[in-house]
Amino acid sequence: MTPDLLDEGAQRREQWQAALASGRTESGGRQAGFSRIAMPDGEVDVTHGRILYLEDVSVSFDGFKAINQLSLDIAPGELRCIIGPNGAGKTTMMDIITGKTRPDTGTVFFGSTIDLLRYNEPQIAQLGIGRKFQKPTVFEQLTVFENLELALKMDKRVQASLLFRLDSAQADRLAELLHTIHLADDVNRLAGNLSHGQKQWLEIGMLLVQEPRLLLLDEPVAGMTDEETERTAELFLSLKGKHSLMVVEHDMSFIRTISEIVTVLCDGAVLAQGTLDQVQADDRVIEVYLGR
Amino acid sequence: MTMKTENGVAVPAPTVTRRAVQLPQRSALLSRAGWSVFVIAMLLVCVLAPLLNLVVPEGSALHLSDYAVALLGKIMCYAILALAMDLIWGYTGILSLGHGLFFALGGYVMGMYLMRQIGREGNYKSDLPDFMVFLDWKELPWHWALSDSFVATLLLVVLVPGLIAFVFGFFAFRSRIKGVYFSIITQAMTFAAMLLFFRNETGFGGNNGFTDFKRILGIAIATPGMRMFLFVLTGCTLLGFFLLARALVRAKFGRVLQAIRDGESRVMFCGYSPVGYKLAIWTISAMMCGVAGALYVPQVGIINPGEMSPANSIEIAIWAAVGGRASLVGPIVGAFVVNGAKSWLTVAYPEFWLYFLGALFIAVTLFLPNGIVGLARRWKRDGP
Repeated sequence: MTPDLLDEGAQRREQWQAALASGRTESGGRQAGFSRIAMPDGEVDVTHGRILYLEDVSVSFDGFKAINQLSLDIAPGELRCIIGPNGAGKTTMMDIITGKTRPDTGTVFFGSTIDLLRYNEPQIAQLGIGRKFQKPTVFEQLTVFENLELALKMDKRVQASLLFRLDSAQADRLAELLHTIHLADDVNRLAGNLSHGQKQWLEIGMLLVQEPRLLLLDEPVAGMTDEETERTAELFLSLKGKHSLMVVEHDMSFIRTISEIVTVLCDGAVLAQGTLDQVQADDRVIEVYLGR
Repeated sequence: MTMKTENGVAVPAPTVTRRAVQLPQRSALLSRAGWSVFVIAMLLVCVLAPLLNLVVPEGSALHLSDYAVALLGKIMCYAILALAMDLIWGYTGILSLGHGLFFALGGYVMGMYLMRQIGREGNYKSDLPDFMVFLDWKELPWHWALSDSFVATLLLVVLVPGLIAFVFGFFAFRSRIKGVYFSIITQAMTFAAMLLFFRNETGFGGNNGFTDFKRILGIAIATPGMRMFLFVLTGCTLLGFFLLARALVRAKFGRVLQAIRDGESRVMFCGYSPVGYKLAIWTISAMMCGVAGALYVPQVGIINPGEMSPANSIEIAIWAAVGGRASLVGPIVGAFVVNGAKSWLTVAYPEFWLYFLGALFIAVTLFLPNGIVGLARRWKRDGP
């Protein structure tokens, strides 16, 4: 624990206690959850119909408010598109959800019971949140196969890695996935030698073998050819329902293909939300993002 | 599913089978050629060197001189260091400039045992080592308590560097200290330890360190037989550590280390906590250095705080870089090439050695990013 983390923790505790004293918590000052069925540890509770909640989240860097009182929630199985101008806080929001950045205020819950602010990046990944970065980040010195094998859902502690051997079920899973991401012919190629689009695919594949409940995808089709973009859209649509997806993109035609509900972020807060047609008709959205 | 041909006969449709993906097989510990080279190296160290040194008469052209045995034994200790450096730097991307400390600690633990083995044959004919008599100490300080036991010495050779590396690494890695900051801190730690060991009151013989060793396990240390035994032991340890390192980097553990080197945040978002991995390889690497130090001291006959000087730790990194990082053979080759050049140049042109070392490092960084082994691999692939 660094001193600033301790300070932040103390601050949160003070805020909580102040809220508790005045009875302004969500449960009206009572301890909530007496009648909840006990969930196994780490199980995501989606009985309330939401897999991710962000509430009143704010974070500032050197006085600049990157995220400003942001509230957002996502349903299980939903495919949510996020759009917004540069600097709207899209990537920072993903940083907060995945534990890379700690918000100054606000709450972030995965399901109804898991407070994501209590976990660090690897723990959050283990809980079932996968993330694809804006710039494709694969391990360039390893082969396609080794990249996927690393990401595979399994015990990721040191001892387990020393003794790990791929079992046949895992091998089948990888073979299947290699077809899905169209890299079956490149199993033994170094990831660094792949084309840009292939790297994007590999990174998506690395997400999928982690079997996450929620996928955060930061500009997944940037730099892809039209054909690759089309295939990606198909893939995302097939994932919808089994996984929840949050896709940040600038490519409007791609969003039109895949979107149900689009959220527009601007200056670190939600500006508008609705179907693509609704938000495209919104005057404020046109003003800040789409342009007249 | 069936299809009708022109004449109306139903034939089974060609089934569309998805071509099975050929997943790569788990690679062997060493290839067939690798094992051959390994066995040859084993024979060179364990059979040929003793024969040429002990059996072939001194006048013969094939005789291996005692000087050469001492030099090669020393270089093999350095090769262990370079191998340890490769695990942490080449594979995990963490440049340690403190490996000289772990080496010296292993050496000092062995040195303490060898000092006790002198018994009453020192200049002052006392039970205490000479330097303590000189300082007018009446009894052994507490940290010398286990130094008369050979078994305890063997354990401490590994445990002392291991424990110090573990504690240091735990705090450094948990605080996410990386890159050049980590290198500077390890360098500072080594320098601080050197200053500490220079002081007489620490009980490690001050700037003279330990020397004048007489026996090991009651057997005289300066005989050709004992020298040869230490040489063979060092060679076998080097080869054993090579296999250990190979097993480590071949396991998924090794691929996680490389992934940490190439993209640590990606590794975290894959669900791995890098702290445990870094700490494990860092501690293993430090323990290997301790063993190298313990083998080095009886062969060169002296250990003093000079071994902890920052320049020594930097040299270890140069050996690994020259030979080729992230290939286990590379650092061993690098240690032999650089130290071979050193022993020749420091005799022939003593004033040029440091210039040569600096130029070598710059040249390798600029022209041979993958070292000698990388160059050899490229030639093998593309022709010279």
